[in-house]
Amino acid sequence: MATLQINGKSMKVDAPEDTPLLWVLRDHLGLTGSKFGCGMALCGACTVHVNGTATRSCVTPLSAAVGKKITTIEGVGATPVGKAVQNAWMAIGVAQCGYCQAGQIMTASALLEKNPKPTDADIDGAMSGNLCRCGTYTRIRSAIKVAAGMKGEA
Amino acid sequence: MDLRTLVTARSVGTSRRAFLKVAPLTGLLLGVGLSGFGHAADEPQKYGGDGMPNGLQDSPKIFVSIAADGMVSVIVNRSEMGQGVRTSLPRIVADELEADIKRVRVVQAPGDEAKYGNQDTDGSRSTRHWFEPMRRCGAAARQMLEQAAANQWHVPLDQVEARNHEVVDKKGGRRLGYGALAVAAAKLDVPARASLKLKDPSKFRYIGKNDTTLTDGPVIVNGKSQFGIDTRLPGMLYAVVARPPVLGGKVKSFDGAEAMKVPGVVKVFAIEGTPPPSEFMPVGGVVVVGKDTWAAIKGRKALKIDWDDGAHGSYDSAAFRSELEAAVRKPGGKIVRNEGDAYAALASAAKKLEADYYVPHYAHATMECPAATARIVDGACEVWAPSQSPQAARDRVAKQLNLSADKVTVNVTLLGGGFGRKSKADFVVEAAMVSKEMGGKPVKVTWTREDDLHNDYFHAVSAQHLEAGLDANGKVVAWLHRAAEPTIISIFAPDPKTLAPFELGLGLTGLPYQIPNVRIENPEATAHTRIGWLRAVNNIQHAFAAQSFIAEIAQAQGKDHRDYLLELLGPDRRIDPRKISEPWNHGESPERYPINTGRLRKVIETATREAGWGRKLPSGQGLGLAAHYSFVSYIAAVIEVGVAPNGELTIPRVDIAVDCGPHVNPDRVRSQIEGACVMGLSQAVVSEITFKNGRSQQDNFHQYEVVRMNAAPKRIVVHIIPSESYDMPLGGVGEPGVPVIAPALMNAIQAATGKRIRRLPLRDQLSV
Repeated sequence: MATLQINGKSMKVDAPEDTPLLWVLRDHLGLTGSKFGCGMALCGACTVHVNGTATRSCVTPLSAAVGKKITTIEGVGATPVGKAVQNAWMAIGVAQCGYCQAGQIMTASALLEKNPKPTDADIDGAMSGNLCRCGTYTRIRSAIKVAAGMKGEA
Repeated sequence: MDLRTLVTARSVGTSRRAFLKVAPLTGLLLGVGLSGFGHAADEPQKYGGDGMPNGLQDSPKIFVSIAADGMVSVIVNRSEMGQGVRTSLPRIVADELEADIKRVRVVQAPGDEAKYGNQDTDGSRSTRHWFEPMRRCGAAARQMLEQAAANQWHVPLDQVEARNHEVVDKKGGRRLGYGALAVAAAKLDVPARASLKLKDPSKFRYIGKNDTTLTDGPVIVNGKSQFGIDTRLPGMLYAVVARPPVLGGKVKSFDGAEAMKVPGVVKVFAIEGTPPPSEFMPVGGVVVVGKDTWAAIKGRKALKIDWDDGAHGSYDSAAFRSELEAAVRKPGGKIVRNEGDAYAALASAAKKLEADYYVPHYAHATMECPAATARIVDGACEVWAPSQSPQAARDRVAKQLNLSADKVTVNVTLLGGGFGRKSKADFVVEAAMVSKEMGGKPVKVTWTREDDLHNDYFHAVSAQHLEAGLDANGKVVAWLHRAAEPTIISIFAPDPKTLAPFELGLGLTGLPYQIPNVRIENPEATAHTRIGWLRAVNNIQHAFAAQSFIAEIAQAQGKDHRDYLLELLGPDRRIDPRKISEPWNHGESPERYPINTGRLRKVIETATREAGWGRKLPSGQGLGLAAHYSFVSYIAAVIEVGVAPNGELTIPRVDIAVDCGPHVNPDRVRSQIEGACVMGLSQAVVSEITFKNGRSQQDNFHQYEVVRMNAAPKRIVVHIIPSESYDMPLGGVGEPGVPVIAPALMNAIQAATGKRIRRLPLRDQLSV
């Protein structure tokens, strides 16, 4: 039985220690906001924060998550930056299908926590690990700028 | 294949399914297409939504309910996959209903076409077909509420008026909220269509207004959204399936002993597939059921399976490319359009140009892989699935489990992308089969990305050869186009070799240019994998070839591409599509939906003007144009590129003009066109599925690449052409943005570098 700190709560999990954090969150804890997209850290849909760093939960074994502070899309709105990013996403109408957007928001909020006024190059650098098949990239850029209090354009 | 299935086949769409009523039984695909789409000879031809299986419904008694507190529930019968249908359709109803959108709740319909009307969420048809019925639905509900108020106040009907969620007595000043009137209104008959009073569009509150609010926006950003893969039921199990890697392959034998040793694995067993043409049914394989998804995935890795590959085990896409290219380079093939004498005109032309184009297989690669959950309780099966065709899923589950359809419920979740992949019910039927094997327990079957890229219904590979004959003035007098590509019909019928009318109508035969001698030929091609429709479908390759070739003709004569394109288009005119060998016409009436070259001209002029066409650009930069008519909408794109000396490509800006007729939600029109641009760029620049030994060679996103943010355009500017009136016919929006992108990009690259790219994807063709 492992104990995880998720969104400020302590949660117990009975799963083999090689189980990726993604499946622990989704199948064991019912936190389905983090999405499966590739299983190889190629698409970013599963992104969570581990000790504040954007992390691909699909390749993070349960054993590596124990003792760390984990934030998921379900909890990121509790931080001012996370809330600002969520609000900007809605104001800009970023989402199409919405499936990848949890991962996009987690990566974007981790970026803004470390770099409150990112350049276009900073945004491309941070966000290019997150795929969107609906093609919302230009709006994601705009929404990040809006969340950062910069002028965005859709 | 079961004839009953063919006769009653559902959910391929007017385009993609109704021909099945007749076609495979008679083999008269073209004949059926020419006469429409499979209606009996003594019935009048039906078009649009009326021509779709189970047609349209517009009764508020089906779609609208109002609670005592005034909360209005609107049922959406189409599936949300990012096109915004759960936002747009309820806004139509709410507007005509004079409802306050903040007090409107959206309810998703399960698969039940007899009740809700056609539910095929494909073909860029949801708003196009449902705008008018949803207006009528809202107006009828409004009039019933007004009647209920008039009855209660004992005043004439014309003394009351619905305004913003309440009915007002215009003389007495009395007011009754919708909640207070709901019970009485529900007892009234729905007004006849002729007595409906639709709103004057100048009074629209929501329709046509710019608003970025999405019905599912809040749950998408807070992680509470429910996609198919997110379904959770008490006591559920999780499964993955090892499927035959080759079309028509089977499990020869398997050993699940090692898999069963993986902690959490519960059961390993084989399921029988439906042999090709397997239509929407599963291909079979070996199932691993676990206590969580990871256990099932690990268990599957430990399986030992001996496959019988069957007849397609030698499919090699590189060799097949040579075969298709050889086929299109020699005269022949089915003649699908023939005006004048193109061969004679080519022989006597002052100048002749020719070019070959190749487009590979693509995978849909929806961000949410196929996933579905099923359980069977007391002989009834209930599934939860991200399905574009829940009624088809219902029929196929019923067929597989030998149940009547009323014992099957298909609940529609949000779709994490669809693009045509999730029209096919194979993944839904799998979940039902696995649940049955597990005694009816709830089981979720999840496809991994590898499964998705190995067992997709792939976009057809294609080779095309074009020739143009020019007279002494540089005018095109002959156009010859040969296209060889496996047909989608191959999933429905044994070994068809040529394109169906709807595939020809997706950008091949219906080109509206003024050319006296036109010949279009369709040489045979064999399908060696499941072929399916992928957003914009055959338009992708057809527009790529034709729009590249026109630019090549202009360039060869030193003429401006835009001017030459407009000249080729000729004066504004409305073309009856039947007269240019395009009888299918997206299932729409040729009178109501002629091909209007004036609208195509206008989008070309708009996109080029907004992009600053003709401006001088430094070496290594260029503008490229393409225009295309599809899904009864008109689109033109201008892409600006920069190509560095090392071949690195950047896209500072894309301007896209779209004329889709009247529109409901301009922000969702824009978002669809922006997204289509990025998807088109993936196809043009990086994506490709290849086959060796019958097997897809791409396992995951490191091999099946798609455009990421760093390669995406810096700006995409969408210019929506205003519609004259809401009485004009609506066009499609979801798909038509895709086909212009690859040719516009390659035309821009040509302008920037002088290199002409005729083979997709671009990959490293600029650096070699």
